Amino acid sequence: MAKESRLHIPRPTARPGDEPDFSYLNLSPAGAIDKPGTDARVREIEGLSAGLIRVLDDDHTAKGPWDPNLEPADLQIALRWMLLNRVFDERMWQIQRQGRISFYMEALGEEAVSIGQAMALRHGDMCFPSYRNQGLYMYRGVKLVDMMCQCLSNTRDMCQGRQLPIMYHSKSGNVFSISGNLGTQYPHAVGWAMASAIKGEDHVAASWIGDGSTAEADFHHALTFAAVYQAPVILNVVNNQWAISTFQGTAGGERRPFAARGLGLGIPGLRVDGNDLLAIYSATLWAADRARRGGGPTLIELVTYRGGAHSTSDDPSKYRPKHEWKDFPLGDPIERLKQHLINEGHWSEAKHEALTEELKAEVLAAWKEAQSYGTMTEGPWLDPATMFDDVYADPPKRLESQRRRMLETQRMNGSDGGQA
Amino acid sequence: MAQMNMIEAIRSAHDVVMDRDPSVVVLGEDVGYFGGVFRCTDGLQRKYGEHRVIDAPIAEGGIIGAAIGMGVNGLRPVAEIQFADYIYPGFDQIVSELARLRYRTCGEFYSPVTIRTPCGGGIRGGQTHSQSPEGIFTHVSGIKVVMPSNPYDAKGLLISSIESEDPIVFFEPKRIYNGPFDGDPDKPAVPWSSHPKGEVPEGYYTVPLGEADVARSGSELTIVTYGTLVHVAVAAAELTGVDAEVIDVRSLSPLDVTTLADSVKKTGRCLIAHEATRFSGYGAELAATLQKECFYHLEAPIGRVGGWDTPYPHAFEWQYFPGQSRMAAGIRKVMEAE
Repeated sequence: MAKESRLHIPRPTARPGDEPDFSYLNLSPAGAIDKPGTDARVREIEGLSAGLIRVLDDDHTAKGPWDPNLEPADLQIALRWMLLNRVFDERMWQIQRQGRISFYMEALGEEAVSIGQAMALRHGDMCFPSYRNQGLYMYRGVKLVDMMCQCLSNTRDMCQGRQLPIMYHSKSGNVFSISGNLGTQYPHAVGWAMASAIKGEDHVAASWIGDGSTAEADFHHALTFAAVYQAPVILNVVNNQWAISTFQGTAGGERRPFAARGLGLGIPGLRVDGNDLLAIYSATLWAADRARRGGGPTLIELVTYRGGAHSTSDDPSKYRPKHEWKDFPLGDPIERLKQHLINEGHWSEAKHEALTEELKAEVLAAWKEAQSYGTMTEGPWLDPATMFDDVYADPPKRLESQRRRMLETQRMNGSDGGQA
Repeated sequence: MAQMNMIEAIRSAHDVVMDRDPSVVVLGEDVGYFGGVFRCTDGLQRKYGEHRVIDAPIAEGGIIGAAIGMGVNGLRPVAEIQFADYIYPGFDQIVSELARLRYRTCGEFYSPVTIRTPCGGGIRGGQTHSQSPEGIFTHVSGIKVVMPSNPYDAKGLLISSIESEDPIVFFEPKRIYNGPFDGDPDKPAVPWSSHPKGEVPEGYYTVPLGEADVARSGSELTIVTYGTLVHVAVAAAELTGVDAEVIDVRSLSPLDVTTLADSVKKTGRCLIAHEATRFSGYGAELAATLQKECFYHLEAPIGRVGGWDTPYPHAFEWQYFPGQSRMAAGIRKVMEAE
């Protein structure tokens, strides 16, 4: 008879039907973690990777040395961007469910990551995002209508119909192109940062990866190169607890936090409350300042929770408790900032309601405009002949002849390009 | 003009381009202080400094990934992968990122990386230091693939590659780094100084991408080949007494169909040869293209000579390598067919 397997298989604390259980999360009270100078030696600040940097406490009061003391007006701006991200996602999700775009991914519950970090960076700093960082594009000036047109693959699509929805890019905003292959952006950010240092500039690069994708070789390549060359780069791990159906333990998060992944290479790690905009802003500013001063890379783990499905293609109730998010001890980033502002007397439920309605209207107006550039069922259509453009700067002749053949085939078949 | 072997020509190409363009940086394993395991970057770090000729960790995916990021930030990186056999850890970065970046951003982002890598057997390298994976890369839209067969072309094509806005995988057949090799390992080594293509200008010049070269003119049969086998093909033509025209493809993608097809139309017979494994090899693309272009001129089926469809065995290197006798047999077969 075969012996029983002795292999350790990581299991999440709760699956569908179970009570949510976040006892595995190591939490620190707000304000409990010291803030070292940005010139601190790695060995002196190793503890930052084990604790949890938090500013907002459970009563929504800002506390401790990591409080960035932002002006209320700045916090209102942050709240607006986070809310816009959420309202945009809600609309796009509905639109996908109505069959009007093929695919979507929402950042529900993780909005503070993109917005807080974008606010802490300078415009000349380059962002290498993952697929749940739509907030970066918004904050860096990409118009909602242009993001929608990308998702529609219509005539105004920045990707000219070549990319799955949500794979935006913005050269003018200094936000790199999202790849469908996970983690590939990480070494790009390090190479970009190396070039910044080689050119003697003080721009830093920042990149984002999920807890699941830290298992990719690119993650380890990036950390090694960043450490070896002390590249001015901020490497963020958005630990939202879930990689589609596998929990963060399947990526190796059971025993040590992701923030500690760089310590063996001498990269400081900050473990940050990823639903606390103030803590995120402050930690990012710290890492950016360290990088700008020649102190090299920082790994930031943002502890958050994926409030929705991975994408429109999966049903999370099949693999985790239905209402797990409600029990997540770090709450909802928008709700927390909102309550903080209300407590401080700089916001109100009524203002919040009004802002939500205003943003919904803005998103709806953008959607109406986006459709005027074409939808999946209605023209105007992209010219399929453009699919042969941009494969090369200097294309081989065979592409031109293939373009001609495609157009001939289309003419002979009386097709309008296969759209109808 | 100077006498250069292929290593010196490649080094000279780097030197010329780095001198002209301060954005050119070199990175790879052992390329800096030591000057590369094949010495192709020797002296460059002393001349251009540690910030432009960078010793990299042993992580090919990291080298290519970082090079992409550098290219996006305005540098023009030349990445050396120490052996073509080591390129696979960087495959995703090449195929999914480097090759596709321009396309997926409609030209907003791109990265003009040149990846240089020594390929091919004949140096007792066994299966992990002898491969010719060019066909894996010619299959990828968005990159260009080059393989020179002599010092003159190596320098001119490498300068064109580094200056290209498109990403390039540049294969260097290492068996002919130091001299042309006709496929007979028992003969004494021949230096490049005995070959006309060992004459290399010291300064700047280019050999354009997308142009094949006629390595030997002939009238009875066209041998389409590249890399080390160009020299084997020339020798096999002499051995068989068949007046073969040997075409050196040198730029595998983009491919110079016109030069190839004109020759095959002229001779009416075609043999395709490469060192890489034959099945699904680059030769299959050449055969398909040439039979379409030259069908009514062909007097015999197009023949193919290649490495066997096995890994490259250490102890049976010369049984694996398509040398003169296999090339000659291929020539005779195409000549005999009616």
